[in-house]
Amino acid sequence: MTDAVRVRGLTRRFGQTVVLNRLDLDLAPGEHVALLGRSGSGKTTLLRALAGLDPAPEDAEISLPRPVSVVFQEPRLLPWKSVWRNVALGLQGPNPRARAEAALAEVGLGRHLDAWPATLSGGEAQRVALARALVRVPRLLLLDEPFAALDALTRINMHALLAELWHVHAPTTLIVTHDVDEAIQLADRCVVLEGGRLVADVPVDLAYPRDRGHRDFIALRHVLLRCLGVDPA
Amino acid sequence: MRRLFSPLVILALWQAASWLGLISPRVLAAPSDILAAAWKLTLSGALLHHLLVSLGRVVAGLTIGLGLGTALALVSGLSRLGEDIVDAPMQMLRTLPFLGLVPLFILWFGIGEAPKIALVALGSLFPVYLNLFAGIRGVDRKLVEAGQVFGLNRAGLIRHVILPGALPSLLVGLRYSLGVAWLSLVVAEQINANAGIGFLIADARDFLRTDIIVVGLLVYAVLGLAADAMVRTLERRALRGRPSLMAAR
Repeated sequence: MTDAVRVRGLTRRFGQTVVLNRLDLDLAPGEHVALLGRSGSGKTTLLRALAGLDPAPEDAEISLPRPVSVVFQEPRLLPWKSVWRNVALGLQGPNPRARAEAALAEVGLGRHLDAWPATLSGGEAQRVALARALVRVPRLLLLDEPFAALDALTRINMHALLAELWHVHAPTTLIVTHDVDEAIQLADRCVVLEGGRLVADVPVDLAYPRDRGHRDFIALRHVLLRCLGVDPA
Repeated sequence: MRRLFSPLVILALWQAASWLGLISPRVLAAPSDILAAAWKLTLSGALLHHLLVSLGRVVAGLTIGLGLGTALALVSGLSRLGEDIVDAPMQMLRTLPFLGLVPLFILWFGIGEAPKIALVALGSLFPVYLNLFAGIRGVDRKLVEAGQVFGLNRAGLIRHVILPGALPSLLVGLRYSLGVAWLSLVVAEQINANAGIGFLIADARDFLRTDIIVVGLLVYAVLGLAADAMVRTLERRALRGRPSLMAAR
């Protein structure tokens, strides 16, 4: 089994509206792909289909590496469980606490093991959600606008953290975002969803660290914004 | 302290009016007489005896009502089929004023302990059923999805996500149930009782002893308060870590 993702002919409709129209998607093993699209373009629908949260239509072919982990836009922590129990939720195998502790240490929350989720800040809660996703050693990581609800400073820190985690773990990753800069900052490749299909596939061949003010960065931003129907000038 | 002022003044006026003969003891006994009656009943052990009988009825009725209500809510809350079978009759029955069932209960269960316990059970059944059912159905879908994504099976979801999520509603239902249980007890103990706080009151009525009647009413009030305090303590323990929910109460 390979860590590649292969989707063929995925269609999703809600009533009369066709949200995904015979969509094809490929992710190479270990690749980090950003999925861009306007609000309501079906980004989240695609991600939910991959996460298995919506019943998949029969005629679609979806092959994914497992296990799959998801980080949602909101942390979705269970308020009645301490931080480490949230991370260990549904975890199979021995010593869940030690594994949760290690994952929390990785995201810089090693000292918050027994805290209640309600006492965490937004950024901390989202880091717990990240630890919960990583503790399962996912081979496919799905991120649904994971940093959209965070303030700008926290978001920068989270970008750095994610890059660091990618360095250690190398799951194939699909990150949904509406933030073009975030996509260029993080991804190996950006795809744009429009009208139920992927209408653009743009590799990001920039060296790290990626500087938002760099000529190539700006050029790429313009390309992607045009794909999204925004006039960058 | 300031809030105690006006009740104390009312009490003093009441006492004065009784002394001056403005309030006949056949209408309402003086506070001092009530206190004396309470003391006498306590010393003779009669109060404790009747109290234990009443408590026994409430505990038995509540155990049945809460157990049945919780079980039915789980059945109809956790499965569509269960909802179809259980919820419709429950919603119909709940609109019945259950205290109106007393004549039927006497015919079914006689005039012993059974109709009294049955009435308490029936009264406490509905609040816990309705609240827990709504609580289960109101659990945040997003948390359920998170549980699914992280590999919880149905049993795991129920145990880790749905039941803890419905717990605050269960506790609200429990508090309502306790309140209704006392109310049911008051009515039930009017049915041919020969022991219990209700009997104490009915017996005192026959002898025009308003002092003992008030003692009985006070005992009911204290029991209600104690039950409420118990549930609050339970809530604080069960809902720790949920400051938002705690603050809402």
